[in-house]
Amino acid sequence: MRREPPKTALDYAPLAFPAGMLILFFVVPFATMIAVSFFKRDPAGFYSTAFVFDNYARFISTFFAGVLGFSLMLAIAVAVVCVSLGLPFTYLLARMSRKAQILWLVALLSILSLSEVIIGFAWSTLFSRTAGITNLLVMIGLMEKPVALMPNFGAVLTGMVYQALPYTVLVLYPALVRLDPTLTEAARTLGASPIKAFFTVVVPALRNTLIATLIMVFIFALGSYLLPQILGRPQHWTLSVLITDQAIYQSNMPFAAAMAVFLVLVTLGMVALTLLVGRKGEAA
Amino acid sequence: MNKVLTRVYFTLIAIFLAAPIVVVAGVSVNEKQSLNFPPQGFSLSWYGAIFTDAGWRSALFASLILALTAAALAVAIALPLAWFLWRRLAPWAQVFQLLGIAPFTLPPVITALGLLTFWATTGFYGQPWTAVISHAIFFVTLPLVTLSLGFSAIDRSLVEAASTMGADDRTIFRTVVLPLIMPYLVSGYAFAFVLSLNEYIVAYMTVGFTMETLPIKIFNALRYGYTPVMASVTVLFVVMAALIFGLVARFGDLPKLLGANAADDK
Repeated sequence: MRREPPKTALDYAPLAFPAGMLILFFVVPFATMIAVSFFKRDPAGFYSTAFVFDNYARFISTFFAGVLGFSLMLAIAVAVVCVSLGLPFTYLLARMSRKAQILWLVALLSILSLSEVIIGFAWSTLFSRTAGITNLLVMIGLMEKPVALMPNFGAVLTGMVYQALPYTVLVLYPALVRLDPTLTEAARTLGASPIKAFFTVVVPALRNTLIATLIMVFIFALGSYLLPQILGRPQHWTLSVLITDQAIYQSNMPFAAAMAVFLVLVTLGMVALTLLVGRKGEAA
Repeated sequence: MNKVLTRVYFTLIAIFLAAPIVVVAGVSVNEKQSLNFPPQGFSLSWYGAIFTDAGWRSALFASLILALTAAALAVAIALPLAWFLWRRLAPWAQVFQLLGIAPFTLPPVITALGLLTFWATTGFYGQPWTAVISHAIFFVTLPLVTLSLGFSAIDRSLVEAASTMGADDRTIFRTVVLPLIMPYLVSGYAFAFVLSLNEYIVAYMTVGFTMETLPIKIFNALRYGYTPVMASVTVLFVVMAALIFGLVARFGDLPKLLGANAADDK
């Protein structure tokens, strides 16, 4: 069957419902949010119509710069840790039997789908004094008495790596599972050790995939907002936490919207960077 | 040596991934209302409490109804769109594919806040059905991706044959296309269902003050201290997700859904 361009109105009909839904409930809300970011806060209601830049001007403070800097730094740290752990893991996984792969994929998907609340609760239990890992260390005699391992930065980072690692593996999986096995075989035949073959053949061949994955995990980590609250202290709060806080608890929807618009710009900048890197890779 | 290293590495990752769940599972069988691991005593009463405690039960049902309907709506949006993009030559229609993928790619707080401002402006803020639409839009990406994959896997000569025999679009869709994409449709629904069940921020921003879904209930409970029901509910959710993805893998080609070549290509 040939694909034909739609001619009659009837040909377009199937598009009506999805297009309408996406425009009405994604494009319009998005535009509303941008509009609200220029509105004034109304303590009695949600906001009052206006056109001011006050909400954006509020960014220019050391507090905001600190939160932004911390959010970016945290997301970068999560991305780097996840890709370093996930790359060798996914590479080896892709070379296992299909049955073993399916088992791991089901496990990874199950963890990936877990609510941030649940992950936060699970790790806060693991880091707690009464039920945490330190009890295990006490049992085998490595520690005197159990201690709480949170709230601190390490706990936030661990929780976020836990949340993002399955995502990283699933993003890397298609590229690695389709990687031509003859590449490494050739390197092995020429006398390279498996580890040397991995670093000199696999990693360079996947340069673009790796950069794209780093950025995708970075964006994913940028969206985390419950784990910093559950496992960290207020100084570990990210931009996502601050947006929720302003929108819900401080009832300052315009300021929250301005921060969200800013976050979109950061994210889009990152996506543009990915595309740029991808294009460069194609040209080379 | 290399095999051993691989095994050690996989074991460490498995421990890292399983540890929190194992501890929570242990905590969930404590006899008393205490946060202890290893558990003291053994009791399954906290699992019963999910269904006997009115608050937890209604949160569970709210989440289930939300996830069932939102996933259905997401599929209803994704199916005609994916079909249209497969059947017609309309490059500009790719815009809608992009729109379908955007909500899931951006940090969730953005989609959540966009929907919050939208529902607040239109005056529907807090209505339970707004959460259904919000989740359907947020998760439409999943059925859209699986269905696009399903359509691209259809051998067009099959459709050609049906068409030559005189079948119209509607008949072809019902008798040829639908059976072929059914596994992709089901897995798209399953992905959206499980993720909606676990979603927190979009639900919280849209209906957080009028309706308690399970993740919202857990977070609220977490702020006021600890109850072992949180642990039993967590275990229930992990088991449910594993079961659903296990079924997807049993009846579909999971590696292919996630980007590998089909099993018979190898």
